[in-house]
Amino acid sequence: MEPAEVKRPIMSAEEMRRALMRLAHEVLERNAGAQGLALVGIRARGVPLAQRLSHIIAEIEGVEVPVGALDITLYRDDLSIRPDHPVIRRTEIPFPVDDLSIVLVDDVLYTGRTVRAALDALMDLGRPRRIQLAVLIDRGHRELPIRADFVGKNVPTARDEEVLVHLQETDGVDEVLIVRREA
Amino acid sequence: MTIHSPTGRRRHVLDLDDFTLEEFEEVFSQAEAMAEILSRPIKQVPTLRGVTVVNAFYEPSTRTRISFEQAAKALSANVVNFTAQTSSVVKGESLVDTVRTLEALGCDIVVMRHSMSGAPYLVARYFHGPVLNAGDGQHAHPTQALLDLYTMRRHFGQISGLKVAIVGDILHSRVARSNLWGLSKLGARVALCGPPTLLGPAAYWEALFPGVQVTHRLTEALDGADVVMVLRLQRERQEAGLLPTLREYIRLYGLTMDRLALAAPHALVMHPGPMNEGVEIDPEVARCAQSVIEEQVTNGVAVRMALFYMLAGSRREA
Repeated sequence: MEPAEVKRPIMSAEEMRRALMRLAHEVLERNAGAQGLALVGIRARGVPLAQRLSHIIAEIEGVEVPVGALDITLYRDDLSIRPDHPVIRRTEIPFPVDDLSIVLVDDVLYTGRTVRAALDALMDLGRPRRIQLAVLIDRGHRELPIRADFVGKNVPTARDEEVLVHLQETDGVDEVLIVRREA
Repeated sequence: MTIHSPTGRRRHVLDLDDFTLEEFEEVFSQAEAMAEILSRPIKQVPTLRGVTVVNAFYEPSTRTRISFEQAAKALSANVVNFTAQTSSVVKGESLVDTVRTLEALGCDIVVMRHSMSGAPYLVARYFHGPVLNAGDGQHAHPTQALLDLYTMRRHFGQISGLKVAIVGDILHSRVARSNLWGLSKLGARVALCGPPTLLGPAAYWEALFPGVQVTHRLTEALDGADVVMVLRLQRERQEAGLLPTLREYIRLYGLTMDRLALAAPHALVMHPGPMNEGVEIDPEVARCAQSVIEEQVTNGVAVRMALFYMLAGSRREA
């Protein structure tokens, strides 16, 4: 028998829109504007989130903040223990990262290992002036000393739960769900 | 020796005759991602840290060995080079003994070049990890063929429907053979062209690769070709009596600008290197706008990185 899945919505499309709006304002406030700022989304769902933040910032400030896409597969620390074989996608950062304030964008912050890999990947591309982290959901359970600078929503979770972020661009709908698989 | 692990993951790259369409696609897309890394100021990622790659070269080769070395180092692997001249091969150590020694020394991936056809297959049977064939005798050179295919795909978007003329010493060429497996699987039309002594019987090629065009006339092979792949002519073929004179070969089969004009206007000129300029290819052709010979070398590193990455994944399942 298939294990039953219990899905619980924790963020609606409207809530996501407001959270991103607030994140954009916070990023601008912390960086005193959009000058020297760049957004780098972690593949896959960090990329559309970074693009949305860039659009919102353009509406607020009238400044186009450049957006890049980072693939961290080759920097993962679990490649030697994973049985599967993750597909690498292209890293596309069409601007020099040197001396920029870079905001890394991801959908869910969990163990912190993805962010650790992203920091290493970013450092290999140059020397940013500073790197900040923006996430839509922080679900806790960190395994590394990493925290987010900007958080859309803090969600307490159990380790056996899964947080699913669905975005219009990748999944056709904006929503965040918590999934629990009953044994 | 099994080419694939129980879960269907590739364990060795020995030739392209066992590649599926999905595997070709995977190599091409992953090579694309690797090419991006090679365009960065820091051309290195930590993926294969702690993995040791041995370049076991029992036949001289500079560019293939360096290409494999660059690829392994770009993924942060440790690279050990050994060549037949400096190893204990000269003292009569057998291939199998050498493999056991490499294993005892903690080597994880073997890249092998050997003058005997089939040698990497023997190694794959005894070595616990992945084996990459870097050219065995007159049999196969799968990584060269993959980089050739990748280069064609980058220029044309797809390989299916292309007319590819392979010109020169087809009979003794492992590059031609591996390309034939890949090109026919991916749906290209292949024309093989060379003097009868270096081409072999048409029936042999037609039996292996149905639909292949086999001709002694360069004009027929070049007619409308999208890709012209020129093979290196080994001088020893003449010494072996397979060619009356080099001059005759140049006159009948050397690729000149005039002859290249018979191919499609957008045709690419390829050569696996090293070239005998003025023999199989005119220096002007080698440097013309249609030549992608240098790009092939660059693409080779990206393709070999993709293969290392794919094979390293299979080590964990053994």
